[in-house]
Amino acid sequence: MNEAVFAHRIQFAFTVMFHYLFPILTMGLGFFIALFSTLSLLTKEKRYADAARFWAKIFAVNFALGVVSGIPLEFEFGTNWSRFSSFGGGVFGQTLPLEGVYAFFLESGFLGMFLAGENRVGRRLHWISALGVAGGSLLSGYFIVATNAWMQHPVGYVMDSSGAIHLRSFWAVLLNPYAIWQYAHTINGALLTAAFVIGGIGAFYLLSERHREFGMLSVKTAVVAGVILSLTQLFPTGDLNGANVVQYQPTKLAAMEGLFDTEQGAPLAIIGMPDTESGKLIDPVYVPEFLSFLAYGNFRATVDGLNSYSRDLWPPVELTYYCYHIMVGLGTIFIAQMLVGLFLLWRRKLHSSRWFLWMLMLSIPFPYIANEAGWVVAEVGRQPWLVYGLMKTPAGTSANVAAGETIFTTMGFAGIYAVLSILFLFLVARIINRGPQEDVTAHA
Amino acid sequence: MINVIWFFVLGAMLTAYTVLDGYDLGVGSLSLWIARNDDERRMALNSIGPVWNGNEVWLLAAGGMLVVSFPRVYAVGFSGFYLALMLVLWLLILRGVSIEFRSQSRNPLWRDLWDAGFWVGSLLLALLLGVALGNVVRGLPIGADGYFQGTFALMLNPYALLTGILTVVVLAWHGTNYLRVKTEGALFERAVRWSRTLWWIVVAMVIVVTIATFVVLSGSPRTFNVYPAAWVLPLFILVGLVWGFFSRGENRSTSAFRSSSLLIIALMLTAALTVFPNLLPSTVDPQYSLNIYNSASSPHALRVSLIANAFGMIAVIVYSTYVHRVFHGKVRLDEGHY
Repeated sequence: MNEAVFAHRIQFAFTVMFHYLFPILTMGLGFFIALFSTLSLLTKEKRYADAARFWAKIFAVNFALGVVSGIPLEFEFGTNWSRFSSFGGGVFGQTLPLEGVYAFFLESGFLGMFLAGENRVGRRLHWISALGVAGGSLLSGYFIVATNAWMQHPVGYVMDSSGAIHLRSFWAVLLNPYAIWQYAHTINGALLTAAFVIGGIGAFYLLSERHREFGMLSVKTAVVAGVILSLTQLFPTGDLNGANVVQYQPTKLAAMEGLFDTEQGAPLAIIGMPDTESGKLIDPVYVPEFLSFLAYGNFRATVDGLNSYSRDLWPPVELTYYCYHIMVGLGTIFIAQMLVGLFLLWRRKLHSSRWFLWMLMLSIPFPYIANEAGWVVAEVGRQPWLVYGLMKTPAGTSANVAAGETIFTTMGFAGIYAVLSILFLFLVARIINRGPQEDVTAHA
Repeated sequence: MINVIWFFVLGAMLTAYTVLDGYDLGVGSLSLWIARNDDERRMALNSIGPVWNGNEVWLLAAGGMLVVSFPRVYAVGFSGFYLALMLVLWLLILRGVSIEFRSQSRNPLWRDLWDAGFWVGSLLLALLLGVALGNVVRGLPIGADGYFQGTFALMLNPYALLTGILTVVVLAWHGTNYLRVKTEGALFERAVRWSRTLWWIVVAMVIVVTIATFVVLSGSPRTFNVYPAAWVLPLFILVGLVWGFFSRGENRSTSAFRSSSLLIIALMLTAALTVFPNLLPSTVDPQYSLNIYNSASSPHALRVSLIANAFGMIAVIVYSTYVHRVFHGKVRLDEGHY
């Protein structure tokens, strides 16, 4: 891989991973804001209105950062991946403008109305705007995942004799079977992250003995939602998303599992370090025949290993393998953690178990790591393909952009994003410090 | 036919962006001079506060639509202008962050910092977007491989710099007219004075750029020779300017804002017709130019995405009109967000 290709990949990877930190939360938090807003409308209890308003403030800061860091990505399809855009724009590009004109306008418009407050727009419209924010952010995610799914599993196109591709079916692209479960898994991950953030900040208030009622509501909501979401993260969304990988992307599967040799009754590696030189795992712990069962529902099924494919079709094995294991490992811990929380809730000890609250508070970063790791599996595991089976990554870059330019601007992004991160943490810390009850707007 | 429709859809979207975000950029590029204290700066920010984000989406939506309609233009243009567009991105980030973060603290140093960010971001964005437009009209060194490499040495040519300056002054004038509509007191008085002065500069720059365009293209653009009816559009530039002159009075602010909007629409559409049917003309050889036929998606893709986006666009227009209506009239500081 030459330097220019590598520079384009690093630039996209860095900017998209930074950007994704914000939508992870907004896509999930939008749902919880709508939930609290609905409860407030139904019960007229002040604590629900307080909760909806507080989380909307956190949402707004995340949304702003998501918008400014998202614009570069739309540009990079053209600036960095011009030959890919030129080749497939008429097909994969179908879903891109839809995000802008349908989802984004919905989200930003209703957010403005929601933040303006109940007194300004009225009870009912305020509630509708909460639903609009949630709906807009969920819809926005779908169009983006559908675009990505086309790169994982290209559908809905025809290729002419010159090798150019043309749109055959808009609906096939929009309703790509790969997109459906990838989206469900992504959104589930976002909702789970929001549950952890709500629980973590609630735990912070309980531990520091401030805003007790709000803290209790938050921790309870997080535990109840967290049990359900951590389980659905694994099954059905994770399982069926994995089924798509099994069906369409055998090299990604082999790299994820660190499976080098094709085996009948392939074992599942729980841990172990892949050694690509000798083609085996170092210090592995196996569950015999379990990978065959997970992939095909049959303990004696044959799973293709990496050695069945020519080496130039291997994705970067180590990165794919580790990120997959980090994601699954964290997912398993989340289930255990939330089940413990549910037990404590049942025993009415949740608010007094300081050790659990400490753990919940310190857990906030981990769902972010799991989400990002999952996307690394999806994207790095797709290599060397830009569009799986159709276009290799080096063929899609901008040949007229030199590595020097890309490296320079990547450094620029790194600096800018470092500053944005500091400002973001400062603003969120201030919102948390002010707490949920303060009603007067902070603006002077 | 569908290709021509798409050309004008994109042209209309970019024109809508220029009229709408144009006044945000105009207000920003004058903000340090025209709004002198904290209250005035808050008033200027609150005048654009509820709408600037929605206005910017026109640019993003146009970008997304360019991918699907003319993917080669998107690919060639964006990669060719790589460094300039990265700069545009950074400025968009700077401007957005400056607007949203300023109100988060009362510390005067904090506020001065973001005031400067808002000003420099807006000013340079207006300049760069104008330079880019000038280069598109003038043509780009697109070679046989269908690509070009847009170095700054290439892009900052005298003609593009002139269109850049034209953009800055037109948007600044547009911004002062917007402030005339939205503000009161000392800020309003200053906006009226700036608006009058800027009008003269706009007239001068329109004349200079018109002459420069004839020189650069060595004659009038092809479209205008083929379809003489197209000369109506440059005529509207004249109408906009004359209308602007007669709207100098303090009580004619809405009229002034309409005149600058008309001027921008006429300028943008004239520029569009100047390049039509090309999207990115080549200076190397006309046969390398990217036009609405050789750079388009398949007719099926064009039809489908036109329909798919049409409903969304209608919703966007209804929504934008609604927001502008809700926040119409003079800004009052007591209920301001910024």
